[in-house]
Amino acid sequence: MSTSARYWREIPQRYRLEAGQCEKCGAIWFPPRLVCKQCGNRSFKTIRLPEEGVVKTFTVIRVPPTDFADQTPYAIGVVELSNGVAVQCQIGDCSPDELKTGMPVRIEFRKVKEEGEAGIICYGYKAVPQR
Amino acid sequence: MRDVAVIGIGMMKWGELWEKSLRTIFVEAALKAIDDAGVDHIDSMYVGCMSSGLFVGQEHLGALLADYLGVAPIPAVRVESACASGGAAFRQGFIEVASGMSEIVLVGGVEKMTDVTGGGATFALSTAADQEYEVYNGVTFPGLYAMMARAHMERYGTTRKQIAQVAVKNHENGCKNPHAQYQMKVTVDQVINSVMVADPLTILDCSPITDGAAAVVLCPLELAKKIAKKPIVKVAGSAAATDSIAIHQRKDITHLAAAEQAAKMAYKMANVGPSDIDLAEVHDCFTIAEICAIEALGFVERGKGGAATEAGETALGGRIPINTSGGLKSKGHPVGATGVAQICEIVTQLRNDAGERQVKGAKRGLAQNMGGTCASCTVHILEVV
Repeated sequence: MSTSARYWREIPQRYRLEAGQCEKCGAIWFPPRLVCKQCGNRSFKTIRLPEEGVVKTFTVIRVPPTDFADQTPYAIGVVELSNGVAVQCQIGDCSPDELKTGMPVRIEFRKVKEEGEAGIICYGYKAVPQR
Repeated sequence: MRDVAVIGIGMMKWGELWEKSLRTIFVEAALKAIDDAGVDHIDSMYVGCMSSGLFVGQEHLGALLADYLGVAPIPAVRVESACASGGAAFRQGFIEVASGMSEIVLVGGVEKMTDVTGGGATFALSTAADQEYEVYNGVTFPGLYAMMARAHMERYGTTRKQIAQVAVKNHENGCKNPHAQYQMKVTVDQVINSVMVADPLTILDCSPITDGAAAVVLCPLELAKKIAKKPIVKVAGSAAATDSIAIHQRKDITHLAAAEQAAKMAYKMANVGPSDIDLAEVHDCFTIAEICAIEALGFVERGKGGAATEAGETALGGRIPINTSGGLKSKGHPVGATGVAQICEIVTQLRNDAGERQVKGAKRGLAQNMGGTCASCTVHILEVV
């Protein structure tokens, strides 16, 4: 179990989908970086990622990490957002047999897990099907 | 830079070694390698290990293992690159001898994985992925490779049966390797119908949890010519590369870019191409990983790895035998030891010592070891002199 600092320092990304856009070449990095991987530039502006995207690939986790035991089975996928940035997250609100590559999803703020009985309740983003 | 040879190899049977500690399994393998080389001392030591801290609560392996091997006060250090720790340690040993800094260097790899529960092992292994942006959301290593598998199937038409065939082939090879953890045959149907871990991958698509160690002894080629009692195997190429640690940040999730890059550099250094390689040990931590690896190494065209496996091209007796040792799948995958054990298998083959699983006339072999989902990768090319 970690101290709370490790959790709250990621909040801008996990709660608000904040990313860094390179001020030189325009590439978007999520999470933000200090150096642009595309052009080497070091200055960025903070932007918010779009919430719409499509599933590029996915799996259903049947043997989970300990913190996720009570959610099993659950789907995880790579979601490409409408601006081309990809994120990896759970796909909620649908049963495993509804999942399909290419399905449109929307990123929502959700509870992700609990760190045991006395730890932090962890929040973040999940994808849900756009119906 | 001077030429370097592998003059000693050592491995014991791998498995769930309840009665043996990390230090014991390491020292057993290291002593075998030293005896095989016939040397009376070593000058320096590297230890590949991914996560002794999480598996047995022990860091500082360089000092511990040099002490227990009885070689202190030589310099000894642990090298970590997740599941590529063994390959990375081998490369450091190679560089140290090639540079002229040391004459005789021992490279060992070790992982003691069964001292934690299944959940503990899952957590330790998951530290090779992006903790904050992959693992935080509940993904596991089988889950990451499952997503790569689905993408490969949908893009290239790779079938579930083709993927399962990797396990069938590697278990068949493993049955011929007395060191392998799971010396049992499996069928395509058994693989597909075994317990689902992360769709579409089942338990028989996954490499096991293993206790094990492996070691090799390196020295300058010129010295090897004077002291070696067995056929001399030269390190012809050594390369390493890295990629995004998180799979969703890669341009093509089905492509192991770091493996391709490392292979390109190793081929160049050895002045050979994929068609000059007689056999290879590749990092089949999951069945799909072998398919992606043989594509990235240039043994088959991109997207054709599944079909080539199904056609028997990678089987013993095929065009390019892959994982004659049984691979990680059947031999076992004590993560830090794997990269070193791959070198042991290639040397065994090049010495013509592989018995039932011998590739006839093998002169040149390749070992590819990767960390995580191939965020790090080493490729080594060995040749018999």
